[in-house]
Amino acid sequence: MSEKVLTCIGCPLGCTITVTMHDGKIESISGNTCKRGEVYARTEVTAPVRTVTSTVKVAGGILPVVSVKTAGDIPKEGIFPCMEELRKITVTAPVNTGDVIVENVCDTGVSVIATKNVEET
Amino acid sequence: MKKELVIIGGGPAGLAAAVAAYDAGLRDILILERDERLGGILNQCIHNGFGLHTFREELTGPEYAGRFIKQVEERKISYKLQTMVLELSHDRIITAMNREDGVFQIEAESVVLAMGCRERSRGALNIPGYRPAGIYSAGTAQRLVNMEGLMPGKEVVILGSGDIGLIMARRMTLEGAKVKVVAELMPYSGGLKRNIVQCLQDYDIPLKLSHTVVDIQGKERVEGVTLAKVDEKGKPVPGTEEFYTCDTLLLSVGLLPENELSKKAGIKLNAVTGGPIVDQRLATSMEGVFACGNVLHVHDLVDFVSQEAMLAGKSAAMYVQMQTKDYDQPIALLAGEGVRYTVPAYLVTEEMEEPVTVRFRVTGIKKNCKIVVYQGDVQLLSKKRPVVAPGEMESVLLKKEMLHTKEAIRICVEEG
Repeated sequence: MSEKVLTCIGCPLGCTITVTMHDGKIESISGNTCKRGEVYARTEVTAPVRTVTSTVKVAGGILPVVSVKTAGDIPKEGIFPCMEELRKITVTAPVNTGDVIVENVCDTGVSVIATKNVEET
Repeated sequence: MKKELVIIGGGPAGLAAAVAAYDAGLRDILILERDERLGGILNQCIHNGFGLHTFREELTGPEYAGRFIKQVEERKISYKLQTMVLELSHDRIITAMNREDGVFQIEAESVVLAMGCRERSRGALNIPGYRPAGIYSAGTAQRLVNMEGLMPGKEVVILGSGDIGLIMARRMTLEGAKVKVVAELMPYSGGLKRNIVQCLQDYDIPLKLSHTVVDIQGKERVEGVTLAKVDEKGKPVPGTEEFYTCDTLLLSVGLLPENELSKKAGIKLNAVTGGPIVDQRLATSMEGVFACGNVLHVHDLVDFVSQEAMLAGKSAAMYVQMQTKDYDQPIALLAGEGVRYTVPAYLVTEEMEEPVTVRFRVTGIKKNCKIVVYQGDVQLLSKKRPVVAPGEMESVLLKKEMLHTKEAIRICVEEG
């Protein structure tokens, strides 16, 4: 038996939700005041995901970096490996919004794409 | 030069105002922007979460700005970049300057103020100590990291838990810095719950509520800061000091509407918001001048800035086309019990064709309450809210048919 305590992000109420786990399975969810809280808690304890936003270096652009994001959510534990991979990359200007910067980043099945235009100098 | 509409500021407010004014029939529009590109602060807000209300999807700041820039380009609305407005006169003559044109003047039939806001600085906080390098406002650090590709430091303490501070705690951590603590003077965070969880808890960054910085060590470069607990009056409690070594202190301690131009023009400002006093058309006290976005009052969501700015753009167009005017007896909108301010501050019922969204902020966190609107002793509406907080802007919708007198309207927060 283990307990995980979460803060719900569904609304400003920010309920403190307690999830009781047994052998990796959810036994009970308490503290939430609506259904959204339960759904949130269930994903958070089983397979938490996040969208990663960062920048990568640009050569020959009007800005030295371009903003990027994962095109979808990736597993939470993939955040730092994804950052490591992005740190190694330099793209060449021009870069356009939506351009794929890294395909299938860290085998997540999700691509990293540019979120702004960086024109050539 | 003469223009039917000049928009001061090419950030989210200015862009949306321009698009709405064009769509309402104006063609002779000019946007003046001091930065090198349109989009304003959104260009450095590379995190996601923008646009849920406007586009029904989660966008990053640059993407959200990009959508509006595209709309401006498609309409061939003209703009001048790297152009600083120096003065707005009583008869709407705008003095501006840039490298190509030098100093120039524009006679504007109407003006939309969309200058945004700026960050409260260290000077406004009166933190004692030397003036070492390594102290940045959170927004400056955000610009350095996200646009210039520079890291301000390696070990960071953040004062203030507004959204920019929280976002920067995560951003600096992702870029390899150690964010040691976020201190917040108030007993609650001004930031969104989502940011507390995804920017602090995800990275085990402690949030110390009711704490402030009482000393900054280091002469050339920040070497550390001392935090202390504060009492109910916000005064540091002796004996609660804790020292944190760090090379960087970020300040995320509030935003102030940037109204130097409005002040100099003699436009009446609201002492609480720091922005112009407006009616439901977002018309300021100066004829033909409208205001929207963070220069009017500081918003938490850009989607609401866009909505508000579209109204300002439309109102400016109507002013130019029909020369709508002022009326004798506007109805005052007052911040009642539990409410800090309302925007607009008054209603001109003669011009009230559509329902009016009144935006306001509450004074403190309150659970199981209701928002009640009175005109004199008559209750106009009441709505239940499970929770209200100062960090989350509230709104009510008022319709012309609700109003039968010219008495003042009061918005209050009451026990549920």
